Amino acid sequence: MPEHMMSEHAISEHAMPEHATPEHTGARGPVGIRFEQVTVAYDGTAVLEDFDLEVGAGEVMALLGPSGSGKTTALRAVAGFVRPARGRVRIGDRDVTDLPPHARDVGMVVQQYALFPHMRVADNVAFGLKARRTPRGQVAERVAEALEMVGMGGYARRYPRELSGGQQQRVALARALAVRPGVLLLDEPLSALDARLRSGMLAELDRLHRELPDVCVLYVTHDQMEALTLADRVAVMDRARLREVGTPRALYRAPRGSFTASFVGSANLLPVTRAGEGKVRFGDTELRVATPGPGDGGAAATLCVRPHRIVLGDGGANVLRGVARAVQWRGATHRVALEVAGHEVVADVPESASTPRVGDRAAVSFAAEDGVLLDD
Amino acid sequence: MLVHTRKGRWAVWAVFAVVCVPLFALPLLVIATASLSTNWSGVLPSGPTGVHYASATRGESLAALSVSLQTALLASVLALAVGTWAALAAASLGRRGRRLMDALFMLPVAVPSVVVGLAVLVAYSRPPVLLNGTRWIVMLAHTVLVTAFAYQSVSAALARLDPAYAQAAASLGARPWYVLWRVKLPLLLPSLTAAAGLCFALSMGELSATMMLYPPDWMPLPVQIFAATDRGSLFTGSALAVVLMAATSLVLLAVSRIRTEASYR
Ligand SMILES: Nc1ncnc2c1ncn2[C@@H]1O[C@H](COP(=O)(O)OP(=O)(O)OP(=O)(O)O)[C@@H](O)[C@H]1O
Ligand SMILES: [Mg+2]
Repeated sequence: MPEHMMSEHAISEHAMPEHATPEHTGARGPVGIRFEQVTVAYDGTAVLEDFDLEVGAGEVMALLGPSGSGKTTALRAVAGFVRPARGRVRIGDRDVTDLPPHARDVGMVVQQYALFPHMRVADNVAFGLKARRTPRGQVAERVAEALEMVGMGGYARRYPRELSGGQQQRVALARALAVRPGVLLLDEPLSALDARLRSGMLAELDRLHRELPDVCVLYVTHDQMEALTLADRVAVMDRARLREVGTPRALYRAPRGSFTASFVGSANLLPVTRAGEGKVRFGDTELRVATPGPGDGGAAATLCVRPHRIVLGDGGANVLRGVARAVQWRGATHRVALEVAGHEVVADVPESASTPRVGDRAAVSFAAEDGVLLDD
Repeated sequence: MLVHTRKGRWAVWAVFAVVCVPLFALPLLVIATASLSTNWSGVLPSGPTGVHYASATRGESLAALSVSLQTALLASVLALAVGTWAALAAASLGRRGRRLMDALFMLPVAVPSVVVGLAVLVAYSRPPVLLNGTRWIVMLAHTVLVTAFAYQSVSAALARLDPAYAQAAASLGARPWYVLWRVKLPLLLPSLTAAAGLCFALSMGELSATMMLYPPDWMPLPVQIFAATDRGSLFTGSALAVVLMAATSLVLLAVSRIRTEASYR
């Protein structure tokens, strides 16, 4: 046996964990995705710029951003449908930037599902297996298994046009999962469903990922609820650029930029000036904030306070006084908009007898750790 | 019909009858009537007979029908293959390449078919490719003429095809050939059969280029019809025309029966 073959053999035996059969994870064990400085341009306009992101093996990463921010483009760069003008895309340890889509070993589900209309459900799901020359005997078994996984076992003989939107969505998912891809790309897979179905499918996706813990998922959405529910980490995008990456909790509790602060959850963004260690001035009120940092006096900054962290009354560390300009009933809470020092401060307060009415003078307060100083 | 009152609907039908019946149906009716008569000197023909049909389905005429069918079959199959291939190739080219292909395949349509006939005649009358005097020159001219239509209908259908299908297939690991064979072509099949029918009908009726090219042993039916009427045998010509019409319609009907799952989309 030639030497290079021997060494290859040795490596592949070591690199393969015992439990991971070759088909299970695209012959390579769990893989992640890495974007390195990826830039994509259409007609000279960059729609994705210097995009740097690493998604770990088995991780669920949500790409969250407004319409047109380049989320789909990033996904298509992984699938191989757009060519980056610069930068590399890696799946596991393979540089896939120059590989054609069919050689990338990804599963993909798009918004309109794109089920093949001329094939029955079973043939749709079998498509990827047959295209990859899976032995005949295994195909039927794997198709049944994939359909069972999404709860569509009884629909194998139907045509896509005979299914509801939610059922088509499940079949599209089964079709992508049947080939046991290392990474799963989901482009707004729930956006064609109504609100009730969507929350059901969200739970279903969560369960699926627990059943397939090795699959790395890139989930594109402009719905923050989906991102926060499903993702291990969220990448916030705006105007072709990555703004911030973090766990949903971190992005929500301590956003770094004002775009993230207002896009993930709602936020009061108050213009303040720094006034020494842990202190800022808002109008003529001095506020204490948790954010440590140089208190170079006088520098302008933005303070983020979440509306539901603000309470009525003057019991907290930071007290703001103003006039109620609007009060909205929102079921469990009231949303009170106060005018404070010429700015609007919104508070979500529980229903109570002391809720101010429009025109009343009122005081609200929040704790020092709920005031987050932003970078911009 | 987008008209909802009863009166309005009647009016639309009346206009339809007045405009379309004389324009399209009447000439065909006249031919059908003429093919069954021996004499037409008054308003209506006289002397009903089946003798024209007896001769139209025998000997020389039957041979001409068979020549036409063979020519049209070969030309439309070739045209469909070449047109589909060219349309697929054009779709993967850039914008300028596609324009060039479009222009190239527009040529046989834009240029009068007499000119196409002459061009084919001149081009293939001397070595190295000497086709003049053989049946192949007729088939070649027909193929050139109808490929343009095949190309156009297939590229129109390709432009309407949602790229998401081919992309979904590719991301599932299908190579380009597999995608073409299992996804694109099946989805295009309704357009392909329509294009084939169109090519077949056009070839069955082609006269002007054929006139310049046909060898004595390969005389298609339209040429036979022309010769008959030229001799003054109007009624025989009419019978031949009806046979041509019937044969073409039968084939078109058969082609349109090729239904696929894709056509239920
Ligand atoms: N094929 C294309 N040609 C030219 N511009 C394109 C093309 N595809 C996308 N774009 C542009 O790239 C930008 C980003 O598009 P992309 O589809 O990535 O946005 P997105 O974040 O997915 O938005 P949405 O939430 O609306 O789907 C948009 O401004 C869009 O107009
Ligand atoms: Mg998108």
